[in-house]
Amino acid sequence: MTRVLIVGAGPAGIRAAETLVRAGLRPVVVDEGARAGGQIYHRPPHGFLRDARALYGSEAQKAEALHACFDGMVARGQVDYLPGRAVHSLRDGHAYVTGGAPIAHDRLILATGATDRLMPVPGWQSAGVFSLGAMQIALKAQGVALGQRIVLAGTGPLLTLLASQLIKAGAGLAAVLDTSRMGDQLRGGIGMALARPLVTLRGVRMRMGLPYYAGVVLDGIDAGAVRWRDARGRPQVTECDAVGLGWHLRAETQLADLAGAEFEWSETWQQWLPRIDDMGRAGPGLYLAGDGVRILGADGAELAGRRAAAACLHDLGVTAPVPDLRRTERFAAALARAFPWPAVDVPDSAIVCRCEGITAGELRGTVDRTGPEANRVKSLARVGMGRCQGRYCQLAAVDLIARHARTSRAAVGRLRGQPPVRPLTVADLLAADSSAACAKPEDSAATPDHSAASASPLAAPCSQATPRMPCSPSAPKT
Amino acid sequence: MTGRIVRLAETHRAPVAFRFDGQDLVGMEGDTVLTAILCTQGSLRAAEFGPERRAGFCLMGACQDCWISQEDGPRLRACQSPLRAGMQLRSDGWRE
Repeated sequence: MTRVLIVGAGPAGIRAAETLVRAGLRPVVVDEGARAGGQIYHRPPHGFLRDARALYGSEAQKAEALHACFDGMVARGQVDYLPGRAVHSLRDGHAYVTGGAPIAHDRLILATGATDRLMPVPGWQSAGVFSLGAMQIALKAQGVALGQRIVLAGTGPLLTLLASQLIKAGAGLAAVLDTSRMGDQLRGGIGMALARPLVTLRGVRMRMGLPYYAGVVLDGIDAGAVRWRDARGRPQVTECDAVGLGWHLRAETQLADLAGAEFEWSETWQQWLPRIDDMGRAGPGLYLAGDGVRILGADGAELAGRRAAAACLHDLGVTAPVPDLRRTERFAAALARAFPWPAVDVPDSAIVCRCEGITAGELRGTVDRTGPEANRVKSLARVGMGRCQGRYCQLAAVDLIARHARTSRAAVGRLRGQPPVRPLTVADLLAADSSAACAKPEDSAATPDHSAASASPLAAPCSQATPRMPCSPSAPKT
Repeated sequence: MTGRIVRLAETHRAPVAFRFDGQDLVGMEGDTVLTAILCTQGSLRAAEFGPERRAGFCLMGACQDCWISQEDGPRLRACQSPLRAGMQLRSDGWRE
């Protein structure tokens, strides 16, 4: 049987798995989370009591349906599910994962999701500054607020959604600072309302009663306060002990890059994205779905997951219904216009790379010496070379480089993905070795669990350690 | 310093004792290491390349800001690691 590997068990990965299972395949699903659902429908650990309505609000039914769909497939043994594992490298038809043997596959569906899209604000390296997504995960998965008096800043649908969720949960919210101007929001909002009126109305309603300011400029975060200017340019200071930052989302594309996808600069999404055909194909035996390829949100991710799996099935000679994503794409594109990525304009002293403390001044100086090519600037200035591998600085860095050299972001280029796409512990590598041999489970059981991210022990049962097969995505077998 | 994190819900859970930088602390069953530490502390560790402290950033295992050490050596990512009773954690173990 063809072995299809799905990376990610959020809305896209779950629907992709469901589509394949319906066609009689038994996909392998690897997911970093301890429980399936992805970040959007993140499930708290066992023993937590809040119900789906409390956790997911208006999306509770969708969340429950997805969780039930996936748990059912696992219970019936229709998928090989490997939770708490991160795929860190892809080579020669094998996915290298933390905590187990490499997984051989004939075809690969990547549903890797997105992270917050960040830009530097002077002082954002301080303790107490988090991404908006972090604040939402803390609330959903742990039932906590990351501060007593919180400022949320940036733009995008998560900004106001999170604000309303925090208030509902009883957190202290000082201000919601949106860098998008009201004019852009109204223009984009018309397109959003035409595509999905109810969803748009819900977003507008959410804003009522919030300490919300549109069209702001963020000047800095320091000494327990955010300095900002309002839409009329008047300086303001809001005291706080925690700040959540985010400018909509950035597709998580490193694995697509390692798998051989080509990339293009997207004016719509203001980021580099893998090139796909109208079914989500990015190469021979390579299919992409969800926010990891286009930021369509959770509903769009479910459709894209089904579509990518349908493409995979078509390539295997099996027909499957192909969902229509056009309305979702129209909505998402209008949303991207309503909440644009503003120009990155920070002083030389501002830190761009949080990992290694590289400032905007060092970046600009490097551009002066070497020219505006993203990977060369990375090599010399180390922006994007730190432990997050550029996830949180590279879009801002490309913007700063392009602006400084008076060229386009497309011309500056993008940072190439490098394996491993996650830092690995020595224990991770030892575990891969010992379970690849798959000889004596008691040996690997003696290996301490250093990953700790994994709910499952490092010792992978032999049934999970797939035999090495001489195959690659470019030579699919049925 | 007082804690950074405020518990808003799910406060029924059983206590879990652990140590952080030599202090005896108590978290709750189901906490991540990050949650448990930041309920009483202001940060997780010092920054390697600047004067500031760090307290994690993305909480989804992407930014790698929250790696700390255990006293017996292995490092862990605090936002993705479930708290276990008796853990002995250090903010900067690898430096000492």
